[in-house]
Amino acid sequence: MKCIVCVKQVPDTSGVVAVKEDGTMDRASMATITNPDDMNALEAALQLKDATGCKVVVITMGPPPAEGMLRELLAMGADEAVLVSGREFGGSDTYATSQILAAAVKKVGVEDDDIVFCGRQAIDGDTAQVGPQIAEKLHLPQVTYVADIKVEGKDVVVKRMLEDGYMMIKVQTPCLLTCIKELNQPRYMSVGGIMECYQKPLAVFDYEALKNDPLIDVDTIGLKGSPTNVYKSFSPPVKGAGMMLEGEGKETVDQLVSLLDAKHLI
Amino acid sequence: MDFHLSKEQLMLQKMYREFAENEVKPLAQEVDEEERFPEETVKKMAKLGMMGIYLPKEYGGAGADVLSYVMAVEEMAKVCGTTSVIISAHTSLCCAPIFENGTEEQKQKYLPKLCSGEWIGAFGLTEPGAGTDAQGQQTTAVLSEDGKTWTLNGSKIFITNAGYANVFVIFAITGVKLDRKGRKTKEISAFIVERTDPGFSVGKHEKKMGIRGSSTCELIFEDCVIPADRLLGKQGKGFALAMKTLDGGRIGIAAQALGLAEGAIQETIAYTKERVQFGRRISQQQNTQFQLADMYAKTEAAKWLVYSAAMKKQNHEPYTMDAAMAKLVAAETASDVTRRCVQLFGGYGYTREYPVERMMRDAKITEIYEGTSEVQRMVISGAIGVK
Repeated sequence: MKCIVCVKQVPDTSGVVAVKEDGTMDRASMATITNPDDMNALEAALQLKDATGCKVVVITMGPPPAEGMLRELLAMGADEAVLVSGREFGGSDTYATSQILAAAVKKVGVEDDDIVFCGRQAIDGDTAQVGPQIAEKLHLPQVTYVADIKVEGKDVVVKRMLEDGYMMIKVQTPCLLTCIKELNQPRYMSVGGIMECYQKPLAVFDYEALKNDPLIDVDTIGLKGSPTNVYKSFSPPVKGAGMMLEGEGKETVDQLVSLLDAKHLI
Repeated sequence: MDFHLSKEQLMLQKMYREFAENEVKPLAQEVDEEERFPEETVKKMAKLGMMGIYLPKEYGGAGADVLSYVMAVEEMAKVCGTTSVIISAHTSLCCAPIFENGTEEQKQKYLPKLCSGEWIGAFGLTEPGAGTDAQGQQTTAVLSEDGKTWTLNGSKIFITNAGYANVFVIFAITGVKLDRKGRKTKEISAFIVERTDPGFSVGKHEKKMGIRGSSTCELIFEDCVIPADRLLGKQGKGFALAMKTLDGGRIGIAAQALGLAEGAIQETIAYTKERVQFGRRISQQQNTQFQLADMYAKTEAAKWLVYSAAMKKQNHEPYTMDAAMAKLVAAETASDVTRRCVQLFGGYGYTREYPVERMMRDAKITEIYEGTSEVQRMVISGAIGVK
């Protein structure tokens, strides 16, 4: 059994969001973090590793400095890392990205008892589309919004969170799960893990490495192969602090009504 | 000469910071006010390999270097003085002397459990009548006639981690010898004592000004019988072993002092950027700017002394004077900086609503334990030939 975890390096939105003059994000000048939901995905895989001894492979697509993030994930306990990186892949939207990542996952190899993990969505694009699209490209069954996982042989029983409840779903491996923060609390890197992370294998898949896969076509990858393009990025204007009305009684409701009335909202 | 941290050290620093911020800082005030030893934090640190950072993997350590250990103490001290000294005393004063002086059997027996955090370590040298004058020891160890056991009698005071430690490196008089001038001097030897040894008990818990969550207690030996193979190092070489151990310990305490100063500066920068007086933020007042600039520069200077001492220990170069200078400068910087930070906070700084008064109380001990600042001056002046 092995776990393949797809991760993304994203701008740390708790810091300053830098935007270039042409409206695109200035990623180079912003601090980066591993996408939070992807950390939950990795933690889920690492917990399976703790329980079964299975191998954990992390995959990311990004520029060469993304290696730093992959080393940190290796320091948390992942066994191998793959950096999918090449000029041809730049500017990919979710459609193109999932083509490329699906090809990379295929190259790593998905066996009968493997699980592919993704985070629900990345905090920069917030689309939640890449995980499901990878599953479709690879013809894997998928479960999204996973908040609990139990592996019983080839069956994986997962709790899928919905807005107003949850579903319990049994799915068979190989499958793809997209994870949410309720699933677990990601672990820290360990001192021993950090000392070993630069000795662990890290492969770089460039265009040459993936080009023979039918999924990789110049018309379906990169900026050119992306049906969507970002028109503009900007920091939303700062809003004033909201007002909190506390209390459950009629008095509070009356207060709310009079406030809304004063602003001619009702 | 390279002042850059390695990739691994940078990553460790990041991990320590995240851990300190999320796991240690939220408990710091409670640990101080309730004089509570943060057992849960020790377990978490142990799981991450922080209880044996620079010990080799073959003995259960994490296999990092001395500087990586020093940075852990520093980062914990930025948010909690108590937590930082738990690691420092455990690593520098118990793991290190066993690793550096123990037999293979002793290392195999104790280090894996100490590094995994299953056991906590402590060090007992100070006695009621033997502080800076460590030769003034009264605790005795007598070898049985059959040579199979040692019997210890006496007491130790101010022992860090004592209430929770399982393994103690203890110093005791094992005889009388003649020095080069023919005068009688005490022969001191080091021993490993386990908490469960018969005749050993932990006495009074000290109530302290700072590092209040650290468990500081008296150790009592009443016909405490231990097997002969608990002798650590050679018989009669205990005093040198203690001094060498304290050289290493001083780097840990220097790192603690450094972290306290850095933590207080961070808190003060944030506060002065929020606090408004006379219609503007107090960070806009030149007094605030100059005070913080001075403090930051002094602290950075201390940092390089601490890091340099750590690197020398790592590289097996002589570092006795470096450790003394690092501790002297870092401890006095910590006391000065934290006191000035309280001043910049004004009345709020004097309350327990903000952490700087705690940092000021925590900083004071760094000028006292593991060799007072006066002892450090003795070491340095001796090393530069001023006699």
